[in-house]
Amino acid sequence: MNIESYDAAFERTKTKKEGAFIPFVVAGDPDFETSLQIVKVFVENGADALEIGFPFSDPVADGPTVQLADIRALESGMTAEKGFEFIRRIREFTDIPVGVLTYYNLIYKMGLEKFYKMARENGANAILAADLPPEEACEALEAAQKNGVQQIFMAAQTTSNERLQEITKMCSGFLYVVAVMGTTGARAELKTTTVDLIKRIKSHSDIPISVGFGISKPKHVREVINAGADGAIVASAILNIITENLENKEEMLQKVGKFCAELKEATKS
Amino acid sequence: MISDGKFGKYGGIYVPELLIPALEELEKAFLKYKDDKEFNAELEYYLREFAGRPTPLYYAENLSEKLGCKIYLKREDLLHTGAHKINNTLGQGLLAKYMGKERLIAETGAGQHGIATATVASLFKMPADIYMGSVDVARQKLNVFRMEISGAKVIPVESGAKTLKDAMNEAMRDWITNVENTHYLLGSTAGPHPYPTMVKHFQTVIGKETKKDILEKEGELPDAVIACVGGGSNSLGIFSEFIDDKEVELVGAEGGGDGLEGKHGATLSAGTEGVLHGSLSFVLQDDYGQISEAHSISAGLDYPGVGPEHSYLKVTGRAKYGPITDEEAFRAFKMLSKYEGIIPALESSHAVAMAEKYAKENPGKTIVVNLSGRGDKDVNIIADFMGVKL
Repeated sequence: MNIESYDAAFERTKTKKEGAFIPFVVAGDPDFETSLQIVKVFVENGADALEIGFPFSDPVADGPTVQLADIRALESGMTAEKGFEFIRRIREFTDIPVGVLTYYNLIYKMGLEKFYKMARENGANAILAADLPPEEACEALEAAQKNGVQQIFMAAQTTSNERLQEITKMCSGFLYVVAVMGTTGARAELKTTTVDLIKRIKSHSDIPISVGFGISKPKHVREVINAGADGAIVASAILNIITENLENKEEMLQKVGKFCAELKEATKS
Repeated sequence: MISDGKFGKYGGIYVPELLIPALEELEKAFLKYKDDKEFNAELEYYLREFAGRPTPLYYAENLSEKLGCKIYLKREDLLHTGAHKINNTLGQGLLAKYMGKERLIAETGAGQHGIATATVASLFKMPADIYMGSVDVARQKLNVFRMEISGAKVIPVESGAKTLKDAMNEAMRDWITNVENTHYLLGSTAGPHPYPTMVKHFQTVIGKETKKDILEKEGELPDAVIACVGGGSNSLGIFSEFIDDKEVELVGAEGGGDGLEGKHGATLSAGTEGVLHGSLSFVLQDDYGQISEAHSISAGLDYPGVGPEHSYLKVTGRAKYGPITDEEAFRAFKMLSKYEGIIPALESSHAVAMAEKYAKENPGKTIVVNLSGRGDKDVNIIADFMGVKL
């Protein structure tokens, strides 16, 4: 299978005058096979790229929704190695970009060389560690480059212009823009400062940007795409559907699919 | 950041991007005020008049006779709020005030750091939210009540193991959300840079007083300095002044719990390298990098991480660390209470137990034990352990 690059994916959506819709799920939540079915539903309902979480016991950047998903996944026996097996299974049915979202201790414990090698061999495009700022990323970047894996970094409202320049130099694939001051989790409204942040980044760099944290409604997706973002990442709002429908998997998949279709539609404004 | 905050390869700033500007701001303020005359004069005033410094370096006659060594106790247990924690909360509380922050947050395990934070919040007229695992809230009701009397809000944390580690996660999440007006008053020499360096700085007063007093009393340096190690602030506070005196042995006592084969909190003795709460250090974890739950009879040592400078002192061999089991700590608690009339905190009882071991192997030596806190808070746990109903 010929894996699509992030550049190609953003080019593809741009040509269609759309933004990229990037849904998130934690590998193994609530179990390996169900989360794989959830990813299939993402793809069938218009996902342009995928964010796959590898669960960590102490996810400080995450709110209660992702924490619960992490706990369910850990209880189902998920590890980084099984996470890569999960991605290999995803590659049986799609070639759109797949990014891994995790915390640095999982990478450090496995060993950087092995982690990035497994990422490449199993078809992951990129790695993002939520607690790995550029200051600490030298070794990770080296391992990433050696294995042809992209390393994604985050930027937030508190990130200065100077810092933004440093980050965009190191970052490849896309820049993950944090839409809120806070942890992950569904929000009722999107702050106007998010729009300003997107515009500020776009005036500094050509790197594609995807916005996440608190993007939970089609309206939010439309707002960030209209403000100039290349992609919108939706996590907690999807995980809430999973959490609420653990007893009925058919209904869970159906609801996730319907919600994803609405989110994808919102990228076409 | 101005410095990378590394001790060898340990330490660093492994935090989400949102926190970087806050850490930069904090580092800048710390570097500015740590040598500022006005700031230091004010801090010294509060340490003396409010907290009760300097603390005595007490020659424990009866214990010395029993153990066949000269044993000195650094009496941090006599400080206001009952432990060394107040040294750091006064320092950071004052720094927060100088920085113009309007609100304090903190994590706490047993509640000692929570109380010390609630106390300076009252002193400096700032609201304080204290994160505490719901398991700890249930077993430390008295301390929860003490914090609330001081006007702090105690927020029970329901995630993870519901203990200190999870309280720290939640405090960091709060800080990520309210970074502009809030100071996170972290209680140990753990966490991202500049905390390990800054908390040590505010605790070095223990080592400075100890060195001056022991030279006055003995005319020479001690053979060993012994302290308990949870996150590591009281031990680094006293070790720091002796690190360059190579002839002084530095010994850390970790929470050995049920023993290293069972559940414990002996991170340096039995852990492996990993990244937790913003720094690279030793941690207790499984083969896949998931952080384990720690266990110790002492809530202050019940933590699966440790400050990065301790990892550095361990691998360079400058300090030695070993586990003290719950049972050994309990016996040391009874011994000090009986022989000296001093009821130590369970944390400090680990240091006393380590001193007993050291004395057996090194008769006739001069030992300083950091008695980091008093045991009033622990009498219920001790009574339970003895099967006594209060």
